[in-house]
Amino acid sequence: MSDLLVVDGLRKEFGGLVAVNGVDFTIPERTIVSLIGPNGAGKTTFFNMLTGVYKPTAGRIVFDEHDVTAKPPHAITQRGIGRTFQNIRLFQNMTALENTLVGMHCRLSGGIVRSVLRTPGLKREEREAHKRAVELLEFSGLRGRDDEFARNLSYGDQRRLEVARALATQPKLLLLDEPTAGMNPQETGEFTSFVSKLRDEEKLTILLIEHDMRVVMGISDRVTVLDYGEKIAEGTPQEVQRDERVIEAYLGSGAVAG
Amino acid sequence: MGDRFRTWLAAHRGFEQETRRRAKRALIFGVPGFLILAVSGSASFGLVWLTAVALALYVPAWSTIRRGSWVVVGGVLLLAAMYPFYQANLFQLPIFGEFPSVDTGVTMLIFIMMALGLNIVVGYAGLLDLGYVAFYAMGAYTAAWFASQHFSGNSIHLGSVGINPNTAGIHISIWIVLFIAAIFTSMVGVIIGFPTLRLRGDYLAIVTLGFGEIMPQIARNGDNLFGQNITNGPQGINPIDPPGFGNSLHSAVGLPSDYLTFNATFLGTTVSSVQLFFWTALVLVLFTVFCSVRLRDSRLGRAWIAIREDETAAAAMGVPLMRTKTWAYAAGAFFGGIAGAYYASFKSGTFPDDFFFNISIFILCMVILGGMGNIWGVILGGGFLAYLNQEGLGNIGGWLNQHFSGQSTSSNHWFTIWSQDIDVPLYQFGIFGAILVLVMLFKPEGLIPSSRRKAEFHEGVADTPLYDTQHE
Repeated sequence: MSDLLVVDGLRKEFGGLVAVNGVDFTIPERTIVSLIGPNGAGKTTFFNMLTGVYKPTAGRIVFDEHDVTAKPPHAITQRGIGRTFQNIRLFQNMTALENTLVGMHCRLSGGIVRSVLRTPGLKREEREAHKRAVELLEFSGLRGRDDEFARNLSYGDQRRLEVARALATQPKLLLLDEPTAGMNPQETGEFTSFVSKLRDEEKLTILLIEHDMRVVMGISDRVTVLDYGEKIAEGTPQEVQRDERVIEAYLGSGAVAG
Repeated sequence: MGDRFRTWLAAHRGFEQETRRRAKRALIFGVPGFLILAVSGSASFGLVWLTAVALALYVPAWSTIRRGSWVVVGGVLLLAAMYPFYQANLFQLPIFGEFPSVDTGVTMLIFIMMALGLNIVVGYAGLLDLGYVAFYAMGAYTAAWFASQHFSGNSIHLGSVGINPNTAGIHISIWIVLFIAAIFTSMVGVIIGFPTLRLRGDYLAIVTLGFGEIMPQIARNGDNLFGQNITNGPQGINPIDPPGFGNSLHSAVGLPSDYLTFNATFLGTTVSSVQLFFWTALVLVLFTVFCSVRLRDSRLGRAWIAIREDETAAAAMGVPLMRTKTWAYAAGAFFGGIAGAYYASFKSGTFPDDFFFNISIFILCMVILGGMGNIWGVILGGGFLAYLNQEGLGNIGGWLNQHFSGQSTSSNHWFTIWSQDIDVPLYQFGIFGAILVLVMLFKPEGLIPSSRRKAEFHEGVADTPLYDTQHE
C-alpha cells in the first residue's frame, strides 16, 4: 500500500514559540490515522499546515505525489484534501444544501459569463450538483434538512454538515479536527461507525485529531502522538497505549515511576 | 365560481393565508396613510388609482402561486415604463410636492444601476468599497474619449448619430461605447483589486477610499499627463455624442435615429429625448437586475456569500479567495462603468467635480438604506436617495420655507420659525448622514433586507482571520 501523504521534517514557529518541531509523518492509503496529544501539543497547527492555512517554517508536505508545501488552501483542497474545523466553521447563514454546494466549488466549472447566460451545459451541471449535494446530505445523516440554515441545526447535525461539506470537495484525504467534541456517547458511537464507513465504502483515507480515547483506539489503524510539537510515539493503538513516553505525556512522569 | 374556486383555494392555501395577513397589514398602514394624503388636499383620481395598483401588487400573495412572482415584477415594470405618460397627471404629495420629473427619473435609474453594481461588491461579497466612484468616473471618461471631439487629432466615425462626418475626434456609437466602458472599467476593477483585495475589512475600506480620492485628482489634473491631454482638466469634456440607432434602423424598424432630435406624440404625450433616455435607462437597469439575480444564484454567487460569511472556511472548501473577490470587483465595476458612460451621454459632458468622494458614500448609502444584498431594497434605496438629491430636498425646502419662513408671503404660511429662507439642498450631505445614522440605529439591515443579511446583522458572522500569510 502506497503512502498518500508524506510529511518530512515539518516545523512551525510563531515568533519564538516552536509549535511543531520537525515532524516526520506518513499516511498510507485507505487507513484511518489518529493524531493525539495533550492540549497545546501542536495538533491543530499541524493540520493547518497540511491544509495551507499556515505556511510551514521548514519541511515538506507531499500529497498524492505532488509537493503541496505552502500552497494556498484552495489549491490544496483541489488536490484532494478536505477538512473540518475544531470549532465549527459552517457558513451559518446559508442553508445546509448551499453549504454543501460551496464545498463543490472547485469541482464545478460555471464561470461568470456562463452563469449570466445560464447555458444548457451550466444548467445540467447545477442540476447534477444539486442532486449530488442532496445525496451527500442524506449520506451524512441530514436527510430532509436541506433547506435549513446551518445556524438552526443542532450541534450534532452541524458536525455532520461540516463532514458533508468536506466530502463535497471530493477529497482523497479527509482531515477531521476533533469531530466528536461535544457529542454525547450515542452520537459519538454513530459518528465512529460513520467514519469507518467512509474508509471501507468510500475508500477514503482519514486523519483524525481526537481526544476521546475510545474513538481513537476503536477505529484507528495507526496512532501518532505529539507532545510539545514533537512526535513521541507512533504505531498501532495497542503499541501506543503501552508506550512509556505516551503515558508520561498524558499522566505525568510519576505515573510511570509508580 | 363556487366549486372551482374552492378547489383552487384549497390548492393554494398559502396564498389565502398570506393574503389575509398582508391585507391586514395594508389596512393598518394604508388607511391612515391614505387619510393623511386625502386630508392634506391632494385627494384625486390619481391617488385612488395609485392605491389600487399598490394594493393589487402587494396584497395577494403572488409569490405563493406558480409563476406568480412575475406578476409583481411585471406590474412594477409596467408602472415604471408608463411613467412618462401619467407623470404629468399625478397629484401632489404633501411636503414632497410633485412626483419626480422624467428627467429626474433618468438620474434615479442611473443611480439605481450604480447602486446595484455596488451591491454585488458590498452586498454579495461583503467587500466594503469606499471608492466606487472611481468606476463611475472611468465609465464617464471612456464615453468622453470615444464619443466626443476630445481627441481632435483623429477623425474616426463608427455608427455615431447626429454628428457631421467631417467633425474631428473619435465618434463611436454610444451603444458600442457602453460596452467598451463596461469592459474597460472591469479591467480597471481588476487592476485596482489586485493590490487591495488581499486586505480584509477596515484595511480594504481605507485603500479603496484612497483610490476613490485618486480618481478625481487624475481627472482634474489629466490635461497634462506626461504631455498628453487625457481628461481636459477642470473644464471637463463636452459635448458628448447622444445615443441613437441611426437612419437605417430608423427606417427599417422605427427605432429613433437620434435621441436629441427625436420628437413625436404618443398616447397624447410628447415623446422627446428625455423620455427615450428614460426608457433606455430602464432597459439598462433591467439588464443589471437580470445579471445580479443570475450571478447571485450561481456558483460564483454562492462563493461570494461564503467569503462574506467566513473567508477561512471558504478557502478551505476550495474557493480561491483572490480570484473570487476580483470577479466581484469586476462585476461591480462593469455596471458602474455602463452607468457612468450612459450618464455622461445623458448629461452630454463629464467633469471632474462629478466624481468626488461623497458620490461613493452617496451610492453606499443607497445600498445600506435599501438593504444590502436585496435587489428590491437597493432599487428602493437608490431611487429614493437619488430623488432626494435631485428634487426632493428642494421641494421639501420649498415647503418648509413656505410654511415657516419669515420671508414667506404665501397664504400657507403657518408661523415663523426662521426669519430668512433656508436653502435645504445645501445641507444634503448632513441630511444623508443623518439618514444613515438613523438607519444604522433602528434598522441596520436596511428597509428591505435579504433574510440572510438580516440574520448576520443580528447574530453576527464568525469570520475571524486564521491566516499568518496572504495567499495567491
